[in-house]
Order: sequence, then C-alpha cells, then structure tokens
Amino acid sequence: MSEMEYTIGAVIKEPGSTRRNKTGRWRVFRPVLDEDKCVGCARCFMFCPDGCVRPAEDAFKIDYEYCKGCGICAKVCPVDAIEMVLEEEME
Amino acid sequence: MIEIRIHGRGGQGAVTAAEILAIAAKEDGKYSQAFPFFGVERRGAPVTAFARISDEFIRVRSQIYRPDHIIVLDPSLMSVVDVTEGLREDGLVVINAPEDNWNDVLERLSGYRVYAVDATEIALDELGVPIVNTAMVGAYLRASKVLSLDAVREAIRVRFSGEIAEKNVRAVERAYEEVERIE
Amino acid sequence: MTELGPDVRVINGNYAAAEAVRLVDVDVIAAYPITPQTPIVEYLSEFIANGELDAEFIHVESEHSAISAVVGASATGVRVFTATASQGLALMHEVLFIASGLRLPIVMAVANRALSAPINIWCDHSDTVAQRDTCWIQLYCESNQEILDTIIQAYRIAEHEDVLLPVMVCFDGFTLSHTLEPVAIPDEERVREFVGEFEPVHCRLDPEEPMTIGPVGGPDCYMEFKKMQHEAMERAREVIGEVNREFSDAFGRSYGDGLVEEYNTEDADYIVIAMGSVCGTVKHVIDEERPDVGLVRVKAYRPFPGDRIAEIIQDREGVVTIDRTHSYGAMPPLWTDVKAHAPDVEVSSTIAGLGGRDVRPEDVLRAIKVAEEGKGTDEPVWINVNV
Repeated sequence: MSEMEYTIGAVIKEPGSTRRNKTGRWRVFRPVLDEDKCVGCARCFMFCPDGCVRPAEDAFKIDYEYCKGCGICAKVCPVDAIEMVLEEEME
Repeated sequence: MIEIRIHGRGGQGAVTAAEILAIAAKEDGKYSQAFPFFGVERRGAPVTAFARISDEFIRVRSQIYRPDHIIVLDPSLMSVVDVTEGLREDGLVVINAPEDNWNDVLERLSGYRVYAVDATEIALDELGVPIVNTAMVGAYLRASKVLSLDAVREAIRVRFSGEIAEKNVRAVERAYEEVERIE
Repeated sequence: MTELGPDVRVINGNYAAAEAVRLVDVDVIAAYPITPQTPIVEYLSEFIANGELDAEFIHVESEHSAISAVVGASATGVRVFTATASQGLALMHEVLFIASGLRLPIVMAVANRALSAPINIWCDHSDTVAQRDTCWIQLYCESNQEILDTIIQAYRIAEHEDVLLPVMVCFDGFTLSHTLEPVAIPDEERVREFVGEFEPVHCRLDPEEPMTIGPVGGPDCYMEFKKMQHEAMERAREVIGEVNREFSDAFGRSYGDGLVEEYNTEDADYIVIAMGSVCGTVKHVIDEERPDVGLVRVKAYRPFPGDRIAEIIQDREGVVTIDRTHSYGAMPPLWTDVKAHAPDVEVSSTIAGLGGRDVRPEDVLRAIKVAEEGKGTDEPVWINVNV
C-alpha cells in the first residue's frame, strides 16, 4: 500500500489511483478459460462484477491482476468453458 | 419610544398599516420596528399588528404589552377583543367608526383620548374596496403627531406603486383632514 | 448598529438574508420552503425571475434534497446557498456531516424554529443547537442588519483556505424573520470586492482534471480527517475575528470581536450570557433599569469562544445563561459549554422562550434574579412557565 495522503476533505486528486490496489492477490481460485470450448456468448464479460473479463481476439481474456476469483464467470458460462482452479495447483 | 398596537380583521391590512408606519418613521429620520402577532393568518379573524417608533435604535425584541397608542380598523372588534388591554393611562385610541356610532364608541372607550373617522367611507370612495388601513394611518398621524404626512406619502409609494399608491395617498390625506377628537 | 441614511431600507429578516445572497452574487441555490423561512425562497426566486440575481435555482422536493443539491453544486466549485428551519434542518441532518466532511464552503441561513411535537412554528434554538456537532460554524444574529452583514461575512469565513467549513447563519424565526426594521444595504460593488471571486481550494468537479470526492475512509484514516476538521474549526476563530475587523473597515459595522459581543460588561456585577434576538431585550433591560448587569452575547456558538467567556465572567456577583433549548436529562447546552471553560465560576442556568414563548423584559429580570439568588447551578430554572 502507498502512504496515506491526508488531503482537505479526503479528496483524491490522482484519478484512478485505485488501480494501484492489485486485488488479484486476494484470489484463492483462478478462472481458467478453455478457448476451444468457448462459444463467444460474452456472459462472463457481462457478469464479471469487477470488469476483469474483456473481449479479446479469440474468445475472452481474464485480467488476473485484478480478478478476485469470485467464480461468477464460471457459474454463468453455458458450456462450462471456465474452470476454477486452486491457485497453489497452478504453480 | 412610542409603542403602537393595531387591531383589525384578516384582510383589512393591519400588518401593512404597521409596515407603512415603520417605513415612514425612517423617512422622518427615526428608528422603527413593525411586526405581526406571530401566528397563523386567516381572513376575517381578529388580527393584531405592532409598531415601535423611536429616536434611537430599538433593542427590545419582545411583543408589546403596554401600548401608548391603539389603532382600531373595525369598530365591531370592540365586542370581540379587549382593544384597550394594557393601554397606558390617557392613551390614544384612533378608531374607524361612522359618526352615528361615536357615542357608543365613546362609552366603551371612556378614560382614553379617542379620535374617530369614517375610514370605510373614505376607502370605498378612494380605493373602491373597504381596505381601511391607509386611511387609518392618515387619521392616526393627525391624532398622534408622531410622524409627518410627507413621510407617510413616501412610505406608501415605497410599499405600493403607480395608481394604487396615489389612491392610497388620497385616502391618507382625506382621513387626515376628516378625523375628529370625540369627547 | 444601523445608521439611518439614504442606503437604509425598512425590511424584515428574511429579506435581509435574501438581499445578502443577491449582493454576494451566489451561483447556485437549492432550498425548500418551510415557515418561517419561506419568504427567503420566494424573494430569491423573484430576484432570479426579475434578472436581479444571475443564479441557478434548483427546485427540490425536500430539505434532504436541497442540502444534497448544494453539496453537489459546491463540489463543482461554485458559490452556493440554502436556507431552512426546524424540521427541515432535522431532515438535512445526515447530509450536514457530509458537507463539513467534504470541507465544502456552503452558507445556509436558518430561521430558528422549534421542533414538533406538539406542532409549533415559533422560535427557539432547538433546531440549530441540535446540529452543533455536525462541524458547521454557527453564527447567531441579534438584528436584521446583522443577518445581512453576517451572511456576507460567512462566505469569506467558509471559503478561507484555513477554514473550508460550511457556515450556518442563525436568526430567530418571526422575532427577526417577520419583523421590519431599518437595515443599511451596502453597495453591491463593494460587497463583491469584499467577498472576492470564489476560487475553489481543494475540490472542483472538472472532467478535464478528474478527482475523487467522497471516498471511503476506514479506521486507518477516518480519525485523521476528523482531527483535521477540528483543527479547521479552531483556526476559524482567528478568521472570524479577521473578517469581522475587515468588514468593519469596509462598511463601518462590527459585532464584538466576531465571536463574542460584550455589552456593559466592564464594571457589571452580574453577567447574562445568551444568543440571538433575546440579547436585544437584555440590552434594553440593562439600559432601562439594570446598569449593574452586563451581557455576553455568544455570536459564534461553534467554534465556541469558551476561553474568552471564561475570562469575562471571572469575579462577578453572579452569572446566568439563558438557553432557548434544552438537553433533556442534562444541563442546557449553553450552560454546559460555559461551565466546561469556567469550572470554578458559579453559573446559574435558565431556560426561556421555547416554542415562541415571548421573552419579555420581566423574564430577563427574572433570569438576573436567579443569578442574584445563586439558584439554577445544578438544575435549570424555567422562566415564565406554568408547570
């Protein structure tokens, strides 16, 4: 964490400073997308509460810097293309 | 300091009469306050309004309990409210009443200095409506000599505009001429 | 005190408030009408409709929305105004903390009025005193002239870079709001010169230079921001005094040292401590029949000038506070604040004028008598009450 700046009225003058907080470190399970199974329905993209799923050239790309591993994308995928895998097992 | 209480009914302009006196006081280089009895306004209900006039800045902020002068806009109020309540000894009462009521008025107001004028007739003649406040201000001026006629003319032109102001100035002037001390 | 001259108009307290807002040239107004403040909203709407004031009037459906709208508008970096009373102020309560927490220089007029139940539209101080811990500066007025002058000064105080806190200008409902008296209207150009252009210091919503306003502040930092508010409130003492002096230089009128006004205190045996229009009646009583009594008028209730008051009330025969509100189950608020700074001084407590009960000269004399008799030191004495 960066050092707290005590501004008048607690305003934060640097826009988007919340990006510094890499919430991907909170993750226990990692969503892993099987691009071969993906049908491109975009449900994972629409349902991700943190905006961590983005359209990519083939299928979708998950931003692991910020993905907290909530599993909503895997739950809504109609073809089970996303698997939640324990982080330790990924190493 | 002179303390004045004005009795009227909702719609007769008691509050405006107090305001005209306060504005006129300033025109004569005096300090003033004008305020309504703080409450809910209802047309036709008995209404009181107050004014203070002084050569010095007025600090007191309470209501008026021992008035020097009373102005009664409607003689029928005398059977509803005690219009002389708290009035100082030898205090002044200026009342709107037609001449044939003057004996009755005197009987009810014995012990006070009483001036009367038929302000309803003046208001109907000059304004076309029975709003007697400005006529009664004119009568009060003559009776009390607290303020000048010029100051009141000016105050009426501040409070009203155009033709309505001029009609009210005429009502003031006529009542000033026609008011009489009754004994 | 108002000097009679060509610049004087005979106006009521609500008009004096609206006129001050026009003179300052406020940019955004959001307010919801409530007796006895309603005419302020009407006068300001008229000024805008007549082209006498170039401001945006945001029509809202409640006081909660009114204060929320001025918080938002103030955050964009413009001068704002709102006004309310009684239940309306109570409805604003939660947003008052947001306004001060965001350090927005909002100015609000309050025509003091009691709270229900029973339903009551008349004056006391239970509405504003109940908001004393919201970190708003609170200034109480004694005359219509002071309402106009204080609203002008309030913008300078609120916007000062050492302060940046909202200001509540409080004046008694009906006793001032609906009473006409002479008020000197200062020259528009000179008022604008006095208040200057508003330059936002810390907060301005601007898409070109984005910033975050109103973020979360957890246990790791919330206390620091609150202590900063406390320090700003402390610095406001100096600024209020400075603005009062500058106002005096520019317009020839001042109100004590800006926080406390003393009247006949120098050799007085007894001291009355009070706030608002009742102080006029206290001065009247001193002039007419009690030259041995002095008045300490608390103009700034927050920040509370406790040290100064403690200094003034030392070595007197008696001291009495008149509270126009109560803290039920404890001693009244003004008494408590005074005692906190003067624990060694015996101070009597009275409660008067709740819900518009008139405070007459004889009631002031009664309060002085309470001090003479040394009563009311551990329980308030209720003045002119039938139970």
